[in-house]
Amino acid sequence: MSEPLAVNDDEFDQIVLQSEIPVLVDFWAPWCQPCLMIAPILDELAEEFSGRMNIVRVDVDQNLKSAVKYSIMAIPSLLIFRNGKLITNVVGAKRKQDLKQIIDDALK
Amino acid sequence: MVDNNYEVIIIGGGPAGLTAGLYTSRAGLNSLLVEGGLVGGQIVSAELVENYPGFPDGISGFELGQLMYQQAIKYGLNTIIAEATGIELREKQKEVKTTEGNFMAKAAIIAGGSERRKLSIPGEEKFIGRGVSYCATCDATFFRELSVAVVGGGDAAITEALHLAKFASKVTVIHRRDQLRAGRILQEKALSEPKIQFLWNAIVDEIEGEDLVKRIKLREVKTGEKSTLEVAGVFISIGLKPNTDYLKGILPLDTAGHIITNDKMETEIPGIFAAGDVRSNSARQAITAAGDGATAAIYTEKFLS
Repeated sequence: MSEPLAVNDDEFDQIVLQSEIPVLVDFWAPWCQPCLMIAPILDELAEEFSGRMNIVRVDVDQNLKSAVKYSIMAIPSLLIFRNGKLITNVVGAKRKQDLKQIIDDALK
Repeated sequence: MVDNNYEVIIIGGGPAGLTAGLYTSRAGLNSLLVEGGLVGGQIVSAELVENYPGFPDGISGFELGQLMYQQAIKYGLNTIIAEATGIELREKQKEVKTTEGNFMAKAAIIAGGSERRKLSIPGEEKFIGRGVSYCATCDATFFRELSVAVVGGGDAAITEALHLAKFASKVTVIHRRDQLRAGRILQEKALSEPKIQFLWNAIVDEIEGEDLVKRIKLREVKTGEKSTLEVAGVFISIGLKPNTDYLKGILPLDTAGHIITNDKMETEIPGIFAAGDVRSNSARQAITAAGDGATAAIYTEKFLS
């Protein structure tokens, strides 16, 4: 199974904002249990949406710049970017079905 | 649509469900475990579990959950990431409905545990991730040098307040009673922490702000006197609610929504068992949940033979 790519502050612009296809960024931290809870769901979704939506992870503990830039105040926060623009912002652990719906809506 | 036929379907992947799955799989029963997210249940959020026998130095809740999972799948337990949404009786079969399709089995063990209770007040939903949080461990770091409130008075609330005190400038614990439910050791720690102050007999009526949380509106329980507290964060820790909404009208529940069972973990419906926190009068410990799971599995095996 393809695990979401870990992205750092320096790579954010290139990998997320300049991506050809939409990107879902999972802002997380290793001490955050709800983040760990949705990790296996995101692994599966990364596979299911492969080629249509990239799913990447930003560890807020190591990458405060990106977290501050997007006013992250709670994790997990899932942000979807299309053509460099933030189009969706979801906070908190969600069910797989709900996340699927959120991604589907963002791809419309 | 029915995908498959199992002998037993287990709903929930915490200590109760994983232990039930270990036992039913070892008994040679074709078993499916349905879990909405990470296996391990509530215990995964415990940094260190010190009261699970066999680990004299303690073990992280996350690791304990992973070990239980590995042990169960070693004996052939099938698992799927899905949320249970209902159970229907089809003659002698049980049809378990989930977000990933429906599954048939001869027996079901419900071990869905519980989820965090919400305040259900104006502003709560709106400010989730903008100052409202249900997890201090996750989000305390975003409230450095800010003033925050913790709503609740149990062990979980006081643990959250103590964690927040390492980051925030001030932590106000808001509790609807005049004393804490939290255990003595935690209480003493909180009372001697200079950053923590207490507001007794107080209820939060509303959370206000613009883009972010700015203040909360409070009411004194007895006098009804209203006040306002300026805070950047509100951490809500007012207990757990059993995951049984989808079982209303199907199984008898107690007033708090827990499933009523006998000491064999049997519910009123033959072939449907319940185990762990979801069960009425559960002691709500990882070890008692595991015990419930084993009991439920053993009586499931008897039911099927």
